[in-house]
Amino acid sequence: MADPIKVYPPKPSHVYFYATCLIDMFYPDAGMAGIQLLEREGIKVIFPEDQTCCGQPAYTSGYHDEARAVAKAQLDLFPEDWPIVVPSGSCGGMMRKHYPSLFKHTTQQAKATDIAARTWELTDFLLNACHIKLEDLGEPTTVAMHTSCSARREMGVAEVGPRLIGQLSNVSLIEQVRAEECCGFGGTFAVRHPEISGAMVSEKVDTLTDTGAGNFVTTDCGCLMNIAGYAEKNQKPLAGEHILSFLWARTGPGNGGK
Amino acid sequence: MSQPASQHPHKIDVKEFHPRARAAISDPKIRQNFRKAMDGLITKRKDAFESWDLEALRELGANIRLRALANLPDLLEQLEAKLTENGVKVHWAVDSDEACKIVRNICVARNAKTVIKGKSMVSEEMELNHYLEEHRIEALESDLGEYIVQLADETPSHIIMPAIHKNTGEISELMHEKTGTDLSNDVEYLTASARQQLREKFMNADVGVSGVNFAVAETGTLCLVENEGNGRMTTTVPPCHIAVTGIEKVVGNLEDVAPLLALLTRSATGQHITTYFNMISGPRKPQELDGPEDVHLVLMDNGRSSIYQDDELLDTLRCIRCGACMNHCPVYTRVGGHTYGTTYPGPIGKILMPHLIGLDEGRHLPTASSLCGACGEVCPVKIPIPDLLVRLRQESVDGDKLNPAKVQGHGAKRSTLEALIWKGWSWMHARPGVYRLATVIAARLRKLQPTKLGGWTRYRTAPKLAAKTLHECVKERGQ
Repeated sequence: MADPIKVYPPKPSHVYFYATCLIDMFYPDAGMAGIQLLEREGIKVIFPEDQTCCGQPAYTSGYHDEARAVAKAQLDLFPEDWPIVVPSGSCGGMMRKHYPSLFKHTTQQAKATDIAARTWELTDFLLNACHIKLEDLGEPTTVAMHTSCSARREMGVAEVGPRLIGQLSNVSLIEQVRAEECCGFGGTFAVRHPEISGAMVSEKVDTLTDTGAGNFVTTDCGCLMNIAGYAEKNQKPLAGEHILSFLWARTGPGNGGK
Repeated sequence: MSQPASQHPHKIDVKEFHPRARAAISDPKIRQNFRKAMDGLITKRKDAFESWDLEALRELGANIRLRALANLPDLLEQLEAKLTENGVKVHWAVDSDEACKIVRNICVARNAKTVIKGKSMVSEEMELNHYLEEHRIEALESDLGEYIVQLADETPSHIIMPAIHKNTGEISELMHEKTGTDLSNDVEYLTASARQQLREKFMNADVGVSGVNFAVAETGTLCLVENEGNGRMTTTVPPCHIAVTGIEKVVGNLEDVAPLLALLTRSATGQHITTYFNMISGPRKPQELDGPEDVHLVLMDNGRSSIYQDDELLDTLRCIRCGACMNHCPVYTRVGGHTYGTTYPGPIGKILMPHLIGLDEGRHLPTASSLCGACGEVCPVKIPIPDLLVRLRQESVDGDKLNPAKVQGHGAKRSTLEALIWKGWSWMHARPGVYRLATVIAARLRKLQPTKLGGWTRYRTAPKLAAKTLHECVKERGQ
């Protein structure tokens, strides 16, 4: 019943990097930032070439046969007993929480359960398994943060982003009002119930804009696409990026400052 | 006072969810009333649990409910035996029609003409007021919120706070129009005015009808949680008391009640304890001065036993009806309770109602969620609401050959086109070579990307494809 307590592995020699389809197609810079942050910690990053999508869009739409077929194609990508890191709470949650039930009573059950147990949200992994120490090279700035609902509730990493940003000496994080509230993305929900989703994202953009930071970071590209897309269309003074892009930009070699 | 508003059958077409949602979202008064109320309730709940080990208490609450459900048939038999021993007459109703008939027959046998009602969502499920009115028995709601809703000829928009969709001004206007109460923004005055009108009804009512929060099998005790005292009046003043409840409300032992009560009041309204907590164990005994001479319990199934057949769906029945899931739901907060068109709105309604009305009728309910998980996070008995929503989505499209759908009306939402789209999506994403080729081509042709993407671009710009996929970036860099 209770969520299992997370036992972080010691910092490994290798990790598998599972990028997610949104990062692959829309935000490859966030993926590269994640890979470089890991490498800087002395970890060899393996990017399985045959990765596509975790299967979540079909799964949450109820098309479980289709989701299972896609998820099954991911199960063979991680043969060694290395951690699998995912730059998304949502896709990470799909693999960690839902793969075991999706493959229940199938011949892949054991493999799915093993993969679930090895899956980590990337910022959580950097902070709590790698014990990363960030040295801020950027100019003083303020930033707001939106933690995705799956990062917060499925992966339990709501504290991680603020703690990582807290390591950056020149960055002040300003918390938005109703930080726990969903931005209205919800995958196909945004298309099936556009008015409700639109009402939710408009309020989220307001609370993030009201921080006065002008920029926000987030753990998930779905939220990023939703919030930044609304802000852009409605000409709100708010820009967003993936938290990994932000962290790498402020601490990476030759990248100091924004 | 004037007669209570006639109870028209509120036959709302549940399928018309979208137009109602659109209307609610563009109604600033609805938006404001709900946002303000829900924000307040969220804060109150948080404060009320501050000094508690909430996770441990939720775990305990969940286990109590699970244990009760695991022994449900035995506990119901024990409850019936104990209540009968205590002098309570127990009736079983397979559906809401039968439950209505039972209540009516009791009224007819007593030659009862007026019924006063305490707050009961099961009686809403039965549409009891309407049924009784049709059979010339007056039914008057005595809970203030329910009274307002009845005056307005509406249905509750929240399971705990039925009139939460109205602000004080709207209530004042309604009471002025229907009962002649002076217009006022003074809540005390309006409440006093309603109380005065209700007092008289209490004294003259032939029958009191109430709900039940917990029915204790071990002792045959019916527990009723309330704040206004109308529940106590309903169950003690009229000569006959009829309690109506769903079969899932039973718990094993008296000691199970304390943790559930602690969870219920804090989760619902952020109260450490309600003003009244009634424990009803039978009719008036010969030496007692007050209390009803006749007490009945109607145990209604109405689809619950079919939920009980499935190990996963069973969790739906753990619910103790606190309403915390709706208070924390970003969708409910935007659209309000009436948009759902169902007796139980919000997250619990979305997982419960499809069983009561069928997934064909309730096809839009499971999708009206971003799966944010706020409901599951606050549920005092840890119902995995998001997982159950996904399960019902699967059921509504018959989407899993390994676990065939079983809820009545399943498959109603499956469309040939959508099924085909997902098949195509699945085909491509299960073939890494095809996927890589397709994503690279998309990246190259990104300038041709459509700028209009249905509902998405009504509110947002279209997502922008990157010039190179991450696959390409990684390959160029060399591993």
